[in-house]
Formats: sequence, C-alpha cells, structure tokens
Amino acid sequence: MNIIVCIKQVLNTMNVQIDHETGRLKRDGLESIINPFDEYAIEEGVRIKERVGGRVTTITMGPPQAEVILREAIAKGADEGVLLSDRAFSGADTLATSYTLSAAIRFLGNFDIVVCGKQASDGDTAQVGPGIAEMLDIPHVAYVKKIESINDKTIKVERAMEDGYDLIESSLPVLLTVAKEINSPRVASLKRKMIAKKAIIKVLDAAAIGADVKKTGLNGSPTQVMKIFVPQQRTGREKFTGEPSKIAAAVVKRLLDLSLI
Amino acid sequence: MANSVINVLNDKCVGCGQCAMACSFGSISMVERFEHPKKFKLAVIDLNKCVYCGTCFQTCKFNSIEIKKDVSRYDIDKSEYKGVWVYAEQRHGKIADVVYELLSEGKRLSKKLETILSAVLIGDNIKLKSQDLINRGAEKVYICDDPVFVEFQDDIYTSVLTQLIKKEKPEIILMGATNIGRSFASRVAARVHTGLTADCTSLEIDLETRNFQQTRPAFGGNIMATILTPYHRPQMCTVRHKVFKEAKVESGRKGEIVDCKIDIATLVNRTKFLGFIKDEGSSVNNNISDTDIIVAGGRGVGKFEGFKLLKDLAGLFGGAVGASKAAVDSEWVSYSHQVGQTGKTVTPKVYIACGISGQIHHTVGMNSSDIIIAINKDASCPMMQIATYALEGDLYEIIPSIIKEIKSIRCN
Repeated sequence: MNIIVCIKQVLNTMNVQIDHETGRLKRDGLESIINPFDEYAIEEGVRIKERVGGRVTTITMGPPQAEVILREAIAKGADEGVLLSDRAFSGADTLATSYTLSAAIRFLGNFDIVVCGKQASDGDTAQVGPGIAEMLDIPHVAYVKKIESINDKTIKVERAMEDGYDLIESSLPVLLTVAKEINSPRVASLKRKMIAKKAIIKVLDAAAIGADVKKTGLNGSPTQVMKIFVPQQRTGREKFTGEPSKIAAAVVKRLLDLSLI
Repeated sequence: MANSVINVLNDKCVGCGQCAMACSFGSISMVERFEHPKKFKLAVIDLNKCVYCGTCFQTCKFNSIEIKKDVSRYDIDKSEYKGVWVYAEQRHGKIADVVYELLSEGKRLSKKLETILSAVLIGDNIKLKSQDLINRGAEKVYICDDPVFVEFQDDIYTSVLTQLIKKEKPEIILMGATNIGRSFASRVAARVHTGLTADCTSLEIDLETRNFQQTRPAFGGNIMATILTPYHRPQMCTVRHKVFKEAKVESGRKGEIVDCKIDIATLVNRTKFLGFIKDEGSSVNNNISDTDIIVAGGRGVGKFEGFKLLKDLAGLFGGAVGASKAAVDSEWVSYSHQVGQTGKTVTPKVYIACGISGQIHHTVGMNSSDIIIAINKDASCPMMQIATYALEGDLYEIIPSIIKEIKSIRCN
C-alpha cells in the first residue's frame, strides 16, 4: 500500500509573542516545528504500513529549511521525504496549497491513502486536506479518530463528530484527516534518527511536478490579506484578595447583579 | 529577486524605513547601499518571513514595492452573483444552533448589500424545518430533500451544494465551522474555484466594491487578519458557534420555499454511512462549546478528585467542565473537555478558570468569553491579568465558599 502523508512546518505558536509597542510578531528565537496535528498523521501512516505493508512518503511545501521536518518524519518511521520548494509557491492560501500538494501527489502517482493532520496550528483552517482530495478527485473523511479495518479496496473509519462518532466506509484511494485521539505518536529511535540523517530528500519545484504557476502561490490564491492588526488586549477589571468567604460573597454578588445566577 | 511575487524596486527605494516599521512580521530589514549616490539604504524583504499581506506596499510613499499578482485569469462577471446564503446545516433532523446565528449576521449583510437572504437546507424529510429558517429571517429557502441525504457524507453534500451554487450564483455563503462545515466547505470552494476564509470573528462589506471583509484570528490568535476574495465569487467563509448573536424568532413570517429538483443519479458517492454511535455524556453537560457557563481546571487543581469540586460548581449553574491541556495530560479529565489551541474554542458568558495560569495556547480558546473569573494563588499569572474578576487564593477554599454562597442565596 502506498501511503502519502502531507505535513507542514509551523512556528511554535505556543511561544509566539506580540510586541504591543510596535504591533509586531516577535519572531526572533522562535523555533519551527512539525505542525503538532501532523505528528498523528505521520504515526497513523506508519501504523497503516505496519498493518498491511507498503511505503510511507511524506510531502511538505515550504522553504528549503522545511527539509528538517521531513527528516523528523523519516526518524519516526516514514520511508521517504519530498520537499516542494519554489518561489512560485509562496504566498499560497489554502486553495493554492491544496493545488500544489495535489499536483505533487499526482506526479508521484500510484497512491492508496493520503493522510493529513486535521488542521495546522498556525492557520487553524482544516481546509487543505479536503481541498487536496477534491483536486485529486478522490473521497475524503475528516476528523478520523480510528481506522477500524483496511484492505486493498476499502477502509472503515470512525469520524469524530460533536455528538459522538460516525462509522464511515470508503473506497480507496482516499484522503483522511486525522484527529488527536487516533494514536500516541512514537518517539524516534536512535537507529531511525541515523537513517533520517543520511536520507536523501527529494526536492521538487513547480516545473518538476508539472504544476501551473498561475494556480500556485499568490497567483493561485483567491483570498488576499487586506490588513493585519493586533487584537485589543483584554484587561482585567477587579481583583479580590483575602478571606475566601468574603471573596466568594463578593463575586457571587457580581454574578447576581448581572443576573447570571 | 525580480522573479519573486513581491519586490523592492532598487531605483525607487529611498531607504526611509517606513515599510520595515509597518511590517508585523519583521520581514523587512534596511541594508546599507554605499554605492548609492546619496547613500540611501535599501529595504530587503525576507521571503521566508513575508506573508504577502501588502502592508508595506500600502505604506510606501515612493511606489518602490511591487506585488505581482496575475489577475488576468479572474475575469468572471461579479455582477451575476447576487444574494447572501446561509448553509442551514442539520444533523439527525435538527438544525445546528450556529445556523440561527448565521441568519442574524446574514440578514445584516444582505440589508447592507440590498439583496436577499436565503438558506440552503439539505437532508431527508426536513421540509418542515424551512419555516423555522423563515421565522429566523430567511427570505428564501432552497430545500434538497431526499433519502440519500439522511446522513452527512462529503461526496453527495458537496455535489448538491456546488450544483446549486453554479445555478443560482450567490454573492456570499456563510457556513458553520462545525465538523460538518469544516469537512466539506473547503471541497465546495475548491470545486467552484473560490476563496474560503475559516473561523471568521467579524464580517463587513465594502459597499463600493461589494467585497466581503472577513476578519479572523491568525498565528494562534496573536494577530487578526482581514481577508478579501476580490476576484472570485461566491465569497465563502465559516464561522464558529456563538460568535454572533442568534436571530430572533418572528413567527408567521412569509418566505419563498424552493424545492430543488436533484437528479440523484448524477451524484457520485464513494463512501458508505454505516452507523452513528452517540457520546453518552454524564449528568453534567459535557459539550463545552454549547454552554453559557464553563468551570475549567488546570495544573493548579493538582489532582483527579479536584475535578469533582469543579463539577459540583458547574452543576449548580447547569454549566460544563473545561480543562487546560496540562489537566488533560495528567488524565484528571478526558480530552473532550480540553479548551485551547489543541482543544476546543469556547465563548461562554462566564468562564471560571481554576488553577489555570493562562498560557497563550489556552487563552486563545477562551478569551472571547464575556466574563472571565480566575481563581489562582499566583496573582501575577497571565490569567489573573486578563480576568474580569481575579480571585487570589486557594481554589480549594474559594470554590466551596462560592458553592455555599450560591446555595444559601437559592434557599432564601
């Protein structure tokens, strides 16, 4: 079974800070990491391979430095890493990103399952996975929390919903976006880390994957950023300290006054 | 450089540095140009940091920054696209609450655009629901009613919605950022080849261009971005539950109901729905994204038993229990309760944060709550700084006191 895992390098937004004086993002010293949700995608790709045999190829679109996350994926069990890097890919919104990744997957050819994390932690859109499926003209299931069974032709999965889960069967090839509940990603072994260090990362540009540069990057993006601004900081209003019973009485009174109790 | 999408024109740049000051991403630096006759500095854009927001382009007084976007292929006739649509999501025959919120916002937008508000309802045996949508402000309801739509499946829902969009050409489509909305909105947008903006928190219209200004949080909620879809139609976005106020019910309103004839045979379906397994919630409301009061615990709760106390407090309000990632990782409470970047985003009327320090990855999930009450021993932690009411002290002393206080008031 040929398994493709799409991953993204993101800034570790947990540590992102804004300089409120200048309204600027403090980027210095910020680390780039694998999108946390993609860790589950890599792990699930490797687990499918362990279950039914096959090969796991990870793909990312990004600047040359994004190579690091492909090596990390190899250390965690992927067989191969493909980096899509081209100036023509920059400034892409979710539609242009979906197009570029789908063009690369088509170019690599012969795939059975594409696995993506449910969303990226920087954009939070969850749009690229289903977008890729649409452009590849294959079905997708989002928010997969468990793969119940899989064979050459079909896959049965649990799709997490707000009120429980749906059991869905799909024909292959299929694209899955996976939720956090699906697995606990493994820690890379020393041996795998050595393999990853030596692995040759394939670097492909727009011409190599046969992508139309009018559909990639900023050109291929229907959406456009009009402006960016720093949201108003929430500021605290009242502080209470001292005897717990007095604090409790005061805050309950506030809630009563606002008729929230 | 000249081949990039964004370029600084060396001959026009005077090195004033305004662009570097304006860039939120610190992607522009000013470098010395000794060869320049007037020793002007030159702005250099680091393309790895640039997000192509265009701020520098707007700031530059010397027209020395160019952004090359090839718009030649977007020659669609935008005037053909009319009306605001709300996707009236239903699941198991019940209209999602977010739909009523979208109808109130959609109404405001449609008035501004002097056009009509329509709802699109896809499902099985759901015709009766159309009056609910009309009572909440829809002037027209498109109904796609067929047994094949009994359960949500991406393939068929995408096909039927795109068919309708291509035929009716709406100008704007609002969808809920629910699991269903997030699963197939992007597929629909890709098929009709238009832009989609996720999780918008405020929406406006530029009347001159009729462009839809969609504002959403970016970079983990640290900055806000206003997004346009200037050359494509329809303009699509998703909105989370509780961002907008629910439309009021006006019984007996009149509206047009359009029964859409769908040729079911044309709908390709590559998935099969096998069943639904309902989440059995406990007596305390488990659905944190759907409640007015949340009592949430973090690392400071310290133990599994502590959540019992939080549940008691939540129970008094008929609210739900939330948690920080630290509490979930410690297995004091299950993942479905997690609020924040890797959990849920919530906007209750009251959020009571007990022993949660308030790291950004937690606060992005709850800082739109109307009132935040923080209970913490550490008065200097971020949560205590943003809280409407900051209660300094031991949660194991304060919470029982609050419970006692409320009970005594209720008895009287």
